[in-house]
Amino acid sequence: MAIDAATVRKVAHLARIKTPEDRLEPLAQELNGILNWIEQLNEVDVQGVEPMTSNVAQPLRLREDVVTDGAKVDAVLSNAPKSADGFFVVPKVVD
Amino acid sequence: MSDNKTLIKGRTGDWEIVMGLEIHAQVASKAKLFSGAAVGFGAGPNEQVSLVDAGFPGMLPTLNKHCVEQAVKSGLGLKAQINLKSQFDRKNYFYPDLPTGYQISQLYHPIVGEGVVEVEAEDGSFFNVGIERLHLEQDAGKLIHDLSPTESYVDLNRAGTALMEIVSRPDIRTPEEAVAYVKKIRTILIYLGTCDGDMDKGNLRADVNVSVCRAGNYAKFKETGDFGFLGTRCEIKNVNSFRFISQAINYEARRQIEILEDGGSIIQETRLYDPTAGETRSMRSKEEAMDYRYFPDPDLLPLELEQAWIDEIKANLPELPDEKRRRLMADYGLSQYDAVVLISEQAKADYFEAAAKGRDAKLVSNWVTNEVSARLAADGKDFSENPLPAAHVAQLVELIETNVISSKIAKEVFDYVWNGEGSPAEVVEKHGLKQVTDTGAIEKAVDDIIAANPDKAAAVAEKPQALGWFVGQVMKATGGKANPAAVNDILKSKLGL
Repeated sequence: MAIDAATVRKVAHLARIKTPEDRLEPLAQELNGILNWIEQLNEVDVQGVEPMTSNVAQPLRLREDVVTDGAKVDAVLSNAPKSADGFFVVPKVVD
Repeated sequence: MSDNKTLIKGRTGDWEIVMGLEIHAQVASKAKLFSGAAVGFGAGPNEQVSLVDAGFPGMLPTLNKHCVEQAVKSGLGLKAQINLKSQFDRKNYFYPDLPTGYQISQLYHPIVGEGVVEVEAEDGSFFNVGIERLHLEQDAGKLIHDLSPTESYVDLNRAGTALMEIVSRPDIRTPEEAVAYVKKIRTILIYLGTCDGDMDKGNLRADVNVSVCRAGNYAKFKETGDFGFLGTRCEIKNVNSFRFISQAINYEARRQIEILEDGGSIIQETRLYDPTAGETRSMRSKEEAMDYRYFPDPDLLPLELEQAWIDEIKANLPELPDEKRRRLMADYGLSQYDAVVLISEQAKADYFEAAAKGRDAKLVSNWVTNEVSARLAADGKDFSENPLPAAHVAQLVELIETNVISSKIAKEVFDYVWNGEGSPAEVVEKHGLKQVTDTGAIEKAVDDIIAANPDKAAAVAEKPQALGWFVGQVMKATGGKANPAAVNDILKSKLGL
């Protein structure tokens, strides 16, 4: 799987990471290097082996349906560049 | 299958619509899918938000067991396969109502697999809609655009609320079928208690995938399973009422046919229904972000369920609408039509059953589905808010059955009872509405009227239809309380008919 500059531009845009044009080609090479390295894993025969989802076999932890959180508007808004009347305030989004 | 009702006439020939629906139903729960923040309507902005919902760094999701149970219950209600192993995935996109930058959903391994739903059509026939899957996912927050001309306000109270997305097969062929299908899913979920079905609050919403194809191609698709026989589909969002569903489909099918007949082709896209303009329009901004780069959520292990737990849920399922319909028909001898009307609301069916014990079931059904329903509708209420005790309906029907009052007088009695004057028996007593079955009194009234109208009495031998006029006069003379059957008998004998 070869990554080209156009793919890097698209992925960067989807991830909202600002990437100068002159970085696209070097990044494509870097990413290809990583992907090729990971590709080597395909050489291992895992036929019939269940995917390992955790280093210690354990079930997914579940919570009871009880309200234990919330009512902390100040904390929730603490990192917001702008807020008003309990809302986050962002540049106008039109759709 | 391809009968006339599914065909749409075009300039160049007949077309068929093919639809699949995605229903988003909010899971009835106290807390959110992955956090302990409250779920609900009407709280102040961002009051029902935890740091998990707000996407703070390092916060980890913990799955709400009750939401899992609700999804399993819903799956069982859709006669669907429950998957003992499912997995959560991240659907990545940026939007201000999605603080984490991804929605946790289940793309690859949903909790519920294939099922089937039996739906009543308007004409009383049934059709089946295949269910492809039901999966759990998070809802997004809410954007408010009208508080500032240059800014949008974000309220994350809804962010992280559990949704069930129910995806149907492309088995739906007309706008009416689409509406009937959504109604059926809604009824099933309400019966199960897994979603309150409140469409006004957005707790049940539908996206409709619409495509059109040449007449006959749908049958070929059904035969071969080859989607090549179907047209390119467009997903219509924002159809949040039964009326809009129907309007949006009609508009969209017409739009696609116009394009195809002009030699154009349909682009697969997401379109928004605008109820004010009555049209659908392209959501290009959404299209750009269509690459969701799904991958398994590394914060969540696969969800593994025990068959015994599922069996236990299954054993405790309430009676579902279809079962209830069959039972009402079998136990009470009701027609399919009556049974369908009664089961449309769980509380209505319960009310009927409470009133029908030992009574003429058909009569009780008529009172429940006509008078009681009409009064509730006029007050903007449903059966769960019904102020009239079922025992009153039972007593009213008993009074009719035992000839204490006539059906006509029963309407008057019902008025008094509805207005809180007491039980039907009390009302009949208080207002002197007992039917006159005393033949002496009726005979006297009949004699008086015949004596006063000798011409008409003579004419009735030639024209037996004129008897109706005499019945009317006798009823009038007795204040409507005479037993109509007795009046008829006595009139006939006195007039020599």
